[in-house]
Amino acid sequence: DRFVTPMPELPDRSEAIAKYTAPPPSPLMAAVAEGHAEGRYGLGRPATPDEIAAWDVNVMPDGRGLPPGSGSVEDGEVLFADNCAVCHGDFAEGVDRWPPLAGGIGTLTEERPHKTVGSYWPYLSTAWDYVHRSMPFGAAQTLSPDEVYAIVAYILYSNDLVDSDFVLSDENFLDVEMPNANGFIVDDRPETEYPLFRREPCMSGCKDGPVEVTMRAVVLDVTPEQAEARQARETQAATGDEAGAVEAPAAAEETALQEAAVEAPSGAQPETGGVVIDPALAAAGEKVFRKCQSCHQVGEGAKNRSGPHLSGIVGRPVAAAEGFRYSAEMKAMGEAGEVWTPERLARFLADPKGDVKGTKMSFRGLNKPEDIAAVIAYLAQFQ
Amino acid sequence: EGDPLILEVQEWASGLGDGVDAVPYGMPIRFESDVIRRHVEWLTADPRSSVNFTPIHALDGTITPQGCAFERHHSGAIELSKQDYRLMINGLVERPLVFTYWDLERFPRENHVYFCECAANTGMEWKGAQLNGAQFTHGMIHNMEYTGVPLRILLEEAGVKPEGSWIYVEGHDASSNGRSIPMEKALDDVLVAFKANGEALRKEHGYPVRLVVPGWEGNMWVKWLRRVEVTDGPVESREETSKYTDLLANGIARKWTWVMDAKSVITSPSPQSPILHGPGPLVITGLAWSGHGAITRVDVSLDGGVSWQQARLAQPGQPKALTRFYLEIDWDGSEMFLQSRAMDETGYVQPTKDELRAIRGTNSIYHNNGIQTWWVKPNGEAENVEVS
Repeated sequence: DRFVTPMPELPDRSEAIAKYTAPPPSPLMAAVAEGHAEGRYGLGRPATPDEIAAWDVNVMPDGRGLPPGSGSVEDGEVLFADNCAVCHGDFAEGVDRWPPLAGGIGTLTEERPHKTVGSYWPYLSTAWDYVHRSMPFGAAQTLSPDEVYAIVAYILYSNDLVDSDFVLSDENFLDVEMPNANGFIVDDRPETEYPLFRREPCMSGCKDGPVEVTMRAVVLDVTPEQAEARQARETQAATGDEAGAVEAPAAAEETALQEAAVEAPSGAQPETGGVVIDPALAAAGEKVFRKCQSCHQVGEGAKNRSGPHLSGIVGRPVAAAEGFRYSAEMKAMGEAGEVWTPERLARFLADPKGDVKGTKMSFRGLNKPEDIAAVIAYLAQFQ
Repeated sequence: EGDPLILEVQEWASGLGDGVDAVPYGMPIRFESDVIRRHVEWLTADPRSSVNFTPIHALDGTITPQGCAFERHHSGAIELSKQDYRLMINGLVERPLVFTYWDLERFPRENHVYFCECAANTGMEWKGAQLNGAQFTHGMIHNMEYTGVPLRILLEEAGVKPEGSWIYVEGHDASSNGRSIPMEKALDDVLVAFKANGEALRKEHGYPVRLVVPGWEGNMWVKWLRRVEVTDGPVESREETSKYTDLLANGIARKWTWVMDAKSVITSPSPQSPILHGPGPLVITGLAWSGHGAITRVDVSLDGGVSWQQARLAQPGQPKALTRFYLEIDWDGSEMFLQSRAMDETGYVQPTKDELRAIRGTNSIYHNNGIQTWWVKPNGEAENVEVS
């Protein structure tokens, strides 16, 4: 009986209900009722031709789906340097662990094959389709068809497959010969492997024992450090009277503390390179920074990626991230004693290429002054 | 005289614990903080185009909790609401259609448990033992109960034209991760799923809707599913030409290697889960799976494959789902070379790594389902090795 009590007054749920209710039916829904009458479920609505055109952008190996257009190697070289080189290198040779797009022809049987558009990809349509739909990394679908033709032309040129005066278009697209076009076979495991491996399993005397170790993982030592896990395990395994309650590993707590420290506790103003941080602005800047994250790291343990690490960037001399290969222009600015003050950063972020001609940063810049202020406030927290 | 944990009244036996709603959606207790996904930093250039690994060494049973199921993204895990979700079916169909999330919930649904394994799982081991832990060598796998609509029903709603022999599926994210799938598979057991293990898909697993392609490589399980196009041939997209093709020693590459062959691994003892209790009763356990159907049997060897004994399956094998196996032994404290060997309902017996290398060479990257060896030492520690 103690559970039989009057229902509590329910809070107003209208907002939540609106959130979880499907949008009102559009005029297009009329066609759907027809479908139901024909014995189907009659759910969904017709896709409009414009909607199909917006999403159905794939290009087939025979060239179907290519939009009209063209682009030259010459234009492609500039576009590649601006949009692609930061990860793929000026000559499509690849930077760090980003994939190389050129070279490697004839290496597929070697111990370390070099798989690129030139040496491995069987169809040119794949390169066009992928650049068009998914590149540049972090700014997909920003290139026009002509720009994509030009970039693909430059990739072909980097692989010595076309001359420097080549112009790629929807009309000559299929004339380009891909060196590894015949390098693929359809999965032949049903013929080459399954007859061998569908067998009676051996149960004893299966090899001349005892066996010997032929290779050890610890020799390479490439497994991520797992000190925390080990410590937790050892604590748990400890037996006898001295065993206390198992506590969270110290390392995990340390990390939590460091993360808490980054949140700039009220009262204590962290060291921020002379900038007074508005916490709301910095929080907004964290969202803006998502645009930068594909190339830049910031905070504890930040490393150089395709862009330099940004810890301490506010107030840092230009071109000062150790180990990063800056453009000549950036280096010159650094040698001239320029410093990334908030004002200097704001100018750069508004128009990177207009501000520092030759910068490797392919990002087009932030349009809104409030976004620029926010991201600088966010970055200023990491000193 | 005795254990103070028993003799003395403990704090938790006298005071009070948390009230309900202390944590409205619960997380594992803090003592389990090491049971988490981990990634290998040197593997990839950027965490937005990367992979991490399920802590299989610390789990038991077969269902993988979503919160520690491995992630693989090509342009990051995107945040897409149900309100903003649309699914288009177009191409060679009578009626190109657009569905909202709520439309999908009005079709008949099914529940199935399936494993999802990345084709590159164990791919770092082709040239030899490299990573020291089952999480890293075999952790690109998870196993969940999916709720979703058979893709066949959606294709029938749109009306596939007779010349439609393939589908092309892609996601809402910037990579779109497009893949071509033959119509026969599309009409067989492919699911358009919106729940996993009873709850909504997690963001990192494709919320609100992903494709489930049972038994086939994880790359085809397109997340944030946006479009299904009926075509008359494969698109030969980036993910099915430059990647997810298997280069053989002769320089020729296999394509369309979709099925994940039978495979198994001992999850404990293993390098991250050493024996801590010394000689005596020991539970050896692991996982087995096959993209061709159900696991029928798993054998375990303690001596590096010279002799084998049959392990005990915790449940009869289910098609295209993980199977848990156990072998209980009385360990004498001497070193062991632990191996497991799976058999599926087609009679396929998991091969050794050297048998695979003899056919494929060492540059395949993908589809390494060879037998794994853990060298367990007298102190109970284990190491990833290969043996003669």
